[in-house]
Amino acid sequence: MELIYAVLVQPFVDMYLDPLIFIETVIKGLMAGVLYSLVALGFVLIFKASGVFNFAQGVMALFAALTLTGIMEYMPDGLPKWLTVIVALGATVVIMILLAVIIERVVLRPLVNQELIILFMATLGLSYVLEGAGDLMWGSDVKVLDIGLPTDIWDIGGVYVEQLDVTAAIAAGSLVAVLAIFFTKTRIGRALRAVADDHQAALSVGISLQQIWVIVWSVAGIVALVAGIMWGSKSGVQFSLSLIALKALPVLILGGFTSIPGAIIGGLIIGLGEKVVEVFWYSVHGGAVENWFAFMLALAFLMFRPQGLFGDKIIERV
Amino acid sequence: MAEAQVIDSGGVNPPSGSVDTRTIGDPVLAVENIIVKFGGVTAINDVSFDVRKGEIRAIIGPNGAGKSSMLNVLNGFYKPRSGQIKFAGKTFPSMDPYYAASHGIARTFQNIALFRGMSTLDNLMTGRLLKMKSNFFWQCLYFGPAQKEELENRAHVERVIDFLEIQPIRRTPVGRLPYGLQKRVELGRALAMDPDILLLDEPMAGMNVEEKEDMSRFIMDVNEEFGTTVILIEHDMGVVMDLSDRVVVLDYGVKIADGTPDEVRANQNVIDAYLGVSHD
Repeated sequence: MELIYAVLVQPFVDMYLDPLIFIETVIKGLMAGVLYSLVALGFVLIFKASGVFNFAQGVMALFAALTLTGIMEYMPDGLPKWLTVIVALGATVVIMILLAVIIERVVLRPLVNQELIILFMATLGLSYVLEGAGDLMWGSDVKVLDIGLPTDIWDIGGVYVEQLDVTAAIAAGSLVAVLAIFFTKTRIGRALRAVADDHQAALSVGISLQQIWVIVWSVAGIVALVAGIMWGSKSGVQFSLSLIALKALPVLILGGFTSIPGAIIGGLIIGLGEKVVEVFWYSVHGGAVENWFAFMLALAFLMFRPQGLFGDKIIERV
Repeated sequence: MAEAQVIDSGGVNPPSGSVDTRTIGDPVLAVENIIVKFGGVTAINDVSFDVRKGEIRAIIGPNGAGKSSMLNVLNGFYKPRSGQIKFAGKTFPSMDPYYAASHGIARTFQNIALFRGMSTLDNLMTGRLLKMKSNFFWQCLYFGPAQKEELENRAHVERVIDFLEIQPIRRTPVGRLPYGLQKRVELGRALAMDPDILLLDEPMAGMNVEEKEDMSRFIMDVNEEFGTTVILIEHDMGVVMDLSDRVVVLDYGVKIADGTPDEVRANQNVIDAYLGVSHD
């Protein structure tokens, strides 16, 4: 009886009694969710265009953040900060695009028409190679990533909001808007959707699969860079960054593997759920919910809605 | 053998009739001594034939004769073991799908290969991808040259839509369309590419008589009005005999006859291999 009260009644009473904390928790949760969404977005892009679950997406975020901090360290002192940041960002984007070209050449092209599980294994290998390469080039110390993003805290009527979180939300929002336009309005976007739907038909209208893959992996690399910057600014650039890839998995299960809006909503739900359950149901579970809540939610979803919120329902005519 | 049935295809006039205004030119595409093997199976064994500009060329044969494989060789999906392909004045050991598409070879598939998630319009617009050149920056803004280009290509696609009489399904996701219309959209996507050569893999398979008549009419109109060369695989003998100028007959990967419909019809090899004993 006490348990039922603690689970079903007490948390809501708390929310009602202390609305400020509730609002702050919700905002915190949503902001954490934005970061999950950013990582999940990279997965969705590659999954949409090739049906491959890119295990290396998290490591790509790490690699991008490492490269960015590394380049910034090597820039001569005395340059204005904004110039250093812009040059370093530009160089990192170039490196991520080069990486996409190399991945297409060395990993994807030899494996054309192989089973998806083989491509998945290849991305698993890729994640180790990238992690090693990042370590080799830039060292394995935890680095501070400071590209001049605002880090102050706003106090809005008693609710504390971190500016960095707001920046991340704006970055994610604009990224999604740009990607949406890119996918629906441009020639390349149309080609991407075509490749995702049918390889053969895409080839027959003269779409070059190789070119499309380079573009997709480049875009995924740039999304990884944004995710890497946001996580790196928050908690420093360290190798545990690559593990956020695992957090993206439940986000994808929730949102559906093929849906860009799904990745965003899924990330928000998981971020929000984590924080609210952590804070308001504390007396029930005693903390550390954040480590497993997302996976539990994903499991529940798998039972009732395996295609996710926005995923394509698989219907086969027999 | 169901596909050997002779179905009268209604009001379709043979293009070789008296009102034929087409001009059939020199060979634009030719295969020589093509051999295709999959492991130990020889799908195509030493086949040669040519296709003249502006003609409708049919490839027929029983199931598994290597017809689709031949089409896949022509647009570069399959690389032959040996032999060569002559196209647009050049000789290739094999074709490349991108090269074929960008040099005016369009195709449809036996099992409809449409972009199922997209609308009819978007499917047809993919056929214009190679014609759109404006750079990425403008495209993202959808402004300036990109907008002009999009509108021009859209206008072209609208003409194809009018031609194929599929105006009402412009915005419908193709996955929801009935089979016959999907086939028509697929033809539309190929036509949107402004092809010189059209490869059609069983465009009428699974259609009812009325749909077949429509499809026959479209193929003939494309051929007559735009001078498009058509290479056609079809099981419906009535359609083949009515539409085509010349026919290649394959059996077990070997060419057993090549000539006008009348010649092929009279060929004893063809009667034995294809029309079988039922044709007496």
